[in-house]
Amino acid sequence: MTCRICGEPFATEMQVADLEGDPARVGLRLLRRQRQPLAGHLRVVSPPPGHPCSNRTSWRIRLIAKLPVTDEELIEKYGPHLNQAPPGGWNAGLEVEREVDTHCCFCGQQCGIKLKVAKNEVVGFEPRYDFPFNEGKLCPKGVKRYLQGSHPDRLLEPMERDPNSPGGFRNIGWDEALDRTVAEIRRIQDIYGKDSFALLSGVSLTNEKSYLIGKFARLALQTANLDYNGRLCMVSAGAGNKKALGMDRASNPWSDIPLADVVFVAGANVAECAPITTSYIWRARDRGAKLIVADPRVTPLARTADVFLGLKPGTDSALMSSILHVLIENDWIDHSFIDDHTVGFADSAAAVADATPQWASEVCGVPADRIIEAARLWGTSATGMLLHARGIEHQSKGVENVLSCINLGLATGKYGRPGCGVSTITGQGNGQGGREQGHKCDQLPGNRDVTNPEHREYVASVWGCDVDEIPGKGITAEEIIEAIHAGEIKGLLSICFNPVVSLPDSNFTAAALDKLEYYGNIDFFLSETAQHADIVFPGSLHEEDEGTVTTVEGRCVKINAAIDPPGNAKRDWEIFLELAKRLGRGRYFDYTNTEQIFDEMKVASHGGTADYNGMTWKRIVDEQGIFWPCPEEGHPGTPRLYEGGQFAHPDGKARFHPISYRPPAEVVDDNYPVWLTTGRVISQYLSGTQTRRIKPLVEQYPEPLCEMHPRMADRVGVVDGDLVRVSSRRGEIVTPARVVESIRPDTVFIPYHWGGDKAANQLTNRALDPISKIPEYKVCAVKVEKAEGHVEIRDRRVHTLQEQAHR
Amino acid sequence: MSALISDQMFVIDQSRCIGCEACVQACEECGTHRGQSLIHLEYLDRGANTQTAPMVCMHCEDPTCAEVCPADAIKQNEDGVVQSALKPRCIGCSNCVVACPFGVPKYFALPDQMMKCDMCYDRTSVGKAPMCASVCPSEALWFGTPAEFEENRSGELIFEFQFGRQLVPTKVATVVHDTGPGPIDVMGGQPTAGWQDDPFGLEES
Repeated sequence: MTCRICGEPFATEMQVADLEGDPARVGLRLLRRQRQPLAGHLRVVSPPPGHPCSNRTSWRIRLIAKLPVTDEELIEKYGPHLNQAPPGGWNAGLEVEREVDTHCCFCGQQCGIKLKVAKNEVVGFEPRYDFPFNEGKLCPKGVKRYLQGSHPDRLLEPMERDPNSPGGFRNIGWDEALDRTVAEIRRIQDIYGKDSFALLSGVSLTNEKSYLIGKFARLALQTANLDYNGRLCMVSAGAGNKKALGMDRASNPWSDIPLADVVFVAGANVAECAPITTSYIWRARDRGAKLIVADPRVTPLARTADVFLGLKPGTDSALMSSILHVLIENDWIDHSFIDDHTVGFADSAAAVADATPQWASEVCGVPADRIIEAARLWGTSATGMLLHARGIEHQSKGVENVLSCINLGLATGKYGRPGCGVSTITGQGNGQGGREQGHKCDQLPGNRDVTNPEHREYVASVWGCDVDEIPGKGITAEEIIEAIHAGEIKGLLSICFNPVVSLPDSNFTAAALDKLEYYGNIDFFLSETAQHADIVFPGSLHEEDEGTVTTVEGRCVKINAAIDPPGNAKRDWEIFLELAKRLGRGRYFDYTNTEQIFDEMKVASHGGTADYNGMTWKRIVDEQGIFWPCPEEGHPGTPRLYEGGQFAHPDGKARFHPISYRPPAEVVDDNYPVWLTTGRVISQYLSGTQTRRIKPLVEQYPEPLCEMHPRMADRVGVVDGDLVRVSSRRGEIVTPARVVESIRPDTVFIPYHWGGDKAANQLTNRALDPISKIPEYKVCAVKVEKAEGHVEIRDRRVHTLQEQAHR
Repeated sequence: MSALISDQMFVIDQSRCIGCEACVQACEECGTHRGQSLIHLEYLDRGANTQTAPMVCMHCEDPTCAEVCPADAIKQNEDGVVQSALKPRCIGCSNCVVACPFGVPKYFALPDQMMKCDMCYDRTSVGKAPMCASVCPSEALWFGTPAEFEENRSGELIFEFQFGRQLVPTKVATVVHDTGPGPIDVMGGQPTAGWQDDPFGLEES
């Protein structure tokens, strides 16, 4: 066993001691992490005498702070419990007082929805037919999202870690929680410097909160180290779009998809992760459009594709390069568009000179004739849309994959016209808007660059601060966790982020959090990450606050509050205002509502690429959302970018980037011979903090399954439902095998929505893209072995004939 | 008679289904049978592929469920919508459950009654679309006028099924693509095309 503080191995056999009665020797959660059998309560160890960590003060402080409770106790107190029915039960007969027009709290599609309210509780939903994006459509998460409210697990009081309280926390007052937090911030920053205190945030938050948190980190915490969970989401697409096109936004409104003659879906499980987009693709196909899908799995939409490219994980740029090769070879390219509106084509062409379909067929494991057919459809169709998502972006070459897709759009002139574009499908609710408002370690509001002197001057003028008060560029989310693990960052405040489940290599992430001298967490449920906190602040649910978010299309829409926060929970922005005031920086945060934050934010964005200056909340509501850029009052907004081939670089031209294929950071070998790719299922959302607490959603897909091809199952010696042990260099998971022909025989798939020993991210690799710093969730090497046991897989969509006969 | 229900039709295009269960979840939010989902959604063969099939009541012209009901509990209203069994009459025998060629009726031990899809009569009778067709992300379940279908959708609408020797005319339309004239023959084979027989090119390698 190695010491989780310093990484040194323990030299001798450790002493195992009971924790009870001796909290100072709370040797730790170490054993919990090691998954040794622990009966009743946590048993702890202390490092043997002579070990380098045994005399360290930080060791003692931190160890005292650890949570001496079992998983069972935690679950009993904080869940996940399952909410099944609306408040009072199905037949409570509550009179609905009002229906509130708002949006779903989950993915980047941001479907319009009406929430039914009775007695300050959300009691149901009604389709919102008037919102043009989804016209009433919802996925099952949207239908059941209202059950996250009035939930037994809801945090209602601030809490402090207390080893003697049941569940490991005791309720405290707001003043005590805020004062202790501010004292810890001051202490840590005085000893270790300003940047030793980091802030991690998330993009399920509104634009207003994203802006506020960016400003709070810079002016109240005065730290450079602010980053967010968008780092796990769309940064590869954002970086690729900026490099090639000069602007970070999907190039099209979704109304362009039905106008495309060919739709190319690359690395996007549209049916399960962006379900409403399915209807747009079908509208194109009703007009006769062809569908190309590139994915290691025959996803529900891929099943119907005209051309299916079932490629090996991590080989996307080879596939795209080969398609470009075929386009050039057959002259299916738009010479006048390339000449007039782009630079760098010759280099990109040279880079794919050897990328023949035969070569790509070897690299990608896709028949060469299908690559040629995909190129023919893309190159000879008058209009076309390429949609990509995390499948190509969650890689250590995520940006290169995105650029290789953009090259296909530029080479064929498929930009700036109806039905033409290359767009990312943003994953998180405010994945688009959250990154624009200065919420990212390298950006200031308006998608401005935190290292650009002019950008800094402008934002300082809006904030009324000295430009030198704005810290420089910080490090990214995964790097913050690594810096905590390395002892360089000592304090953390986080909101809307569950890295213990969502970051790769979860054992490493959990170990890092246990090294913090202070960790404050704002959340509405006690997530797997919040369990590591010293102070937990009860924040607000989506339906308890108002503001705006910017959708997958770049459309800014209005979120309306349906109810007030319950108990002593506070709206998230109010918590930050309280902290700022106590840090002596209240003068920069003089807001009484979130509309004031929006009105300042739009000015701060003015002149940046993501310009919201012409928007008002009233306009956003009246016009069913406004697409940025919208620089001036009266400006209609910009649904389609790059019209007339005008790109956002200063010379108006787009950039080709030469892409040479390189393999993933980890490749299969004799020890780990199987590719693992991870992803989502329709009924769960991200780390599951909300959706694992909603019973009808849990029943759809109760636990992670390891999807494998029958040929793989034969090799491993298992049948459907047998338990398999999947292990990588970082960890292992035991899960039932789901034997299906819809996945490549050399690849397994496990969804990542669960924590603890069900976390797929125990296996994944922390390798980052060098530019976007996105982790490589979609590719790593594992081995798959038969484990003891068999379960009947619970999937209510499967009915055997016997069941039907007895039904 | 509601004008709406005569103008608008319910359409199923099974080929578009993505198996998401939005319909299943939305069905139990319906005002008349809260907490009970009456729609069916099943994989054809999950081992082989991801094709799923949603099944609402087809609202047959001559409903087999009503024909076999010994208690005369299943009524068709003037719009042609076949209702759940009338609670006072239903004897819970499940004849209808077994007899329905589409497998639609469900028997619930509590309250000892057969319940089935009634095309969200509480909604359609006041001008709203049924829950499942409102939320369906892929428009596999669709509710609208024939003119809207003609303008926006592809495929042919079929209102007849052939089960062996039994011809079943339905109120709900089914979309078919590239098949010959006549009813949908459920005993016939499923055409599959091209790559779907070998998605990963294994035969070629």
